Amino acid sequence: MLTFLLKRTLYALISLLAITLIVFSLSHLSGNPLDALLPDDATPAQIEQVTRHLGLDRPITVQYLTFLQNAAMGDFGDSLKWKGQTAAEVVWERLPATLQLGGLALLISIVVALPLGVMAAVYKNTALDAVATVIALLGQSLPAFWLGLVLMWVFAVTLGWFPTSGYGGLSHMILPAIAMAWFQVAALTRLTRSAMLEVLDAEYIKLARVKGVQERSVVWKHAFRNAAIVPVTYFGVLAGSLLTGSVVIETVFNWPGTGWLAITAIQGRDFPVVQTVVLFFAVLFLLANLIVDVLYALIDPRIRNT
Amino acid sequence: MRRLPLVPIALLLVVLIIPAFFAEWIAPHDPYISNLRARLQPPVGFGGTWQYPLGTDRLGRCMLSRILHGAKYALGISMVGIAIGAVLGTALGLISGYLRGWIDVVIMRLVDITFALPSILLALALASISGPSLGLVVLVVVFVIWGFFARQVRAETLSLRERDFVARARVAGASGPRIVIRYILPNLMNTIIVLATLQIGVVIILEATLSFLGIGIPRPAPAWGILVADGRQLIVSNWWISLFPGIAILLTVLSVNLIGDWLRDWLDPKLRQA
Repeated sequence: MLTFLLKRTLYALISLLAITLIVFSLSHLSGNPLDALLPDDATPAQIEQVTRHLGLDRPITVQYLTFLQNAAMGDFGDSLKWKGQTAAEVVWERLPATLQLGGLALLISIVVALPLGVMAAVYKNTALDAVATVIALLGQSLPAFWLGLVLMWVFAVTLGWFPTSGYGGLSHMILPAIAMAWFQVAALTRLTRSAMLEVLDAEYIKLARVKGVQERSVVWKHAFRNAAIVPVTYFGVLAGSLLTGSVVIETVFNWPGTGWLAITAIQGRDFPVVQTVVLFFAVLFLLANLIVDVLYALIDPRIRNT
Repeated sequence: MRRLPLVPIALLLVVLIIPAFFAEWIAPHDPYISNLRARLQPPVGFGGTWQYPLGTDRLGRCMLSRILHGAKYALGISMVGIAIGAVLGTALGLISGYLRGWIDVVIMRLVDITFALPSILLALALASISGPSLGLVVLVVVFVIWGFFARQVRAETLSLRERDFVARARVAGASGPRIVIRYILPNLMNTIIVLATLQIGVVIILEATLSFLGIGIPRPAPAWGILVADGRQLIVSNWWISLFPGIAILLTVLSVNLIGDWLRDWLDPKLRQA
C-alpha cells in the first residue's frame, strides 16, 4: 500500500511539473510583460532596471527554475491589473466564491444523481427509469452556458423567483449551481445506474433476497455499498469538470470567483494572475485524483497491484 | 442489429448537415447584412412576420439565416478536430500498448496531464496570445480529445498483442510496425469509429463554449456560440437571440449522441462501460 501511495504521489508530481512547464512557456510566448508594466515613454534606464528586477536578462532555464522556486512558495509575482496586490492574493480573495458555488453544485449532483441512479436501476424499464435516461441524455447534450441563460430567462426574468446575476446569498447561487451541476447529474446518474444494475444481478444479492432480507436493505446495504465504488472513482473527474465549469458559469452569471477572475485577467493581459489560476486549478485537480486513487485502493485491494 | 435511429438522423440532416453545405441557397437573407429598420424583430408567433421567421438581432440581421450559416462551423471544426485527434491518439495508443515499457509510461502520463489542465483555461491563455482563430479552436479540440483515443486504443492493444494471431504473425517474421498496422489496427476500427462519433457532441459543445466566451471562432462569423453570446445582454427583453442558436446546438448534439449510442451498441458493445 505504501509503495502504491508513493508511486501515485510521484506521478502526480511529474504531471504538475509538466504543467508548470507548459504554463511557463505560455507566459513567455505571451509577449513582453514590460509593455504592460511600463508607460510608453519609458527611458532606456527604466526599461533596464525593470528587466533586471524581473530577472528577464537571465538565461531561460534559470528563469524557469526561479519560477518553480517562487511557485512552490506561493509567489507568482504582482498582479498587473489589480495594482498593489500579488497574484496569489487576488486569486485567494476570489476562492471562497468559487468554493461556495462549486460546493453547492457538487452537493446538488450527489443528492440528485445517486438516489436517481439507484432507483432507475431498481425500477428498471419503468417510467422512473425513463425519466433518468432522459435526464442523462439531456445532460450530455445541453451546453452549460446556454442552460444557464435559459434558467436565468425563465426563473429570474420571467418568473422573478431569483436574482438574474451577481454575487450574493443562497438565492443568487441556486441558478448557477443548477447550471453547473446539470452535466454532472447526468454523468453520475448513468454511472450509478449501470453499476447498480451489475451488482443487483450478482449471486449474493439473490441469496440475500432468498434469505428474506427486506428489499430496502438489499438495495441500500447490500447492493449500493458495492456499486458505490464506481461513482467514487468518478469524483476525480467531477472535481475537474466543476472547476472548468466555474469559468463558464461564473462568466454567464457575473459570479466573482476564480473562473470569472481568469477571464477578466486574460482580457486585461494580467498573466501572473492567469498563471496562478491555471496552476491552482491543476493542483486541485491532481489532488482530487490522488485522493480518489487512494480511496479506490482502500476500498478495492486488487487495484494496488496494478 | 437494432432499427436505424431515423429521427436523430433526420434531425441531424435538417439542423446540421444540410445547412452546413447549402446555407447559401436555403437561407432567406444574407447572414451579415443588417437591416436597421428591422432591428430586434420578434419571431413568428410572438409578434413577428414571416419575413424573419426567427426574428432579428440588434443589428437587424436575420436569426434564421445566421443559424443556418453557423452550422458549417460546428460541422467543420468537429470533423477536422476529431480527425486529427483520432489519428494522433490512435497512433500514440498503439505505440503505447504495443511497445509498453518506458514509452508507455511517458505517453500515459501525457494523457493524464492533458486531462489535468483545464481545457478552457488553456484556450484562454492561447487566445490572449494570438487572438481567437480557427486554428486555435482545432488545437484545443485536439488537445482535449486525443487522450480518450490514446487510452482506449492502448487498453485494447494491450490485450490484442497477447492473442494467438499476433503471436503467429510474430513467429512468421512480421515486423513490429507491420503487426500493429496489419493485425492490430483493423481490430480497433470499430472502437475508433464509435469513439469518434461519441466525441462529436463533446467537440461541438466545446467549440460553442469557446466561441461564447469570445476565445473560439473569431467574429463576425455566425458560429452558434457567438450567436448565444450576442443575445446574452438582451436576455431580459429579447430572449429569442440566445434561445434559437442554443436549440440548434441542443438538437445537433442530442441527435449525434443518439446515433453514437446506437452505433456503439451495434459495433462495439463493450464500450458501454467506458
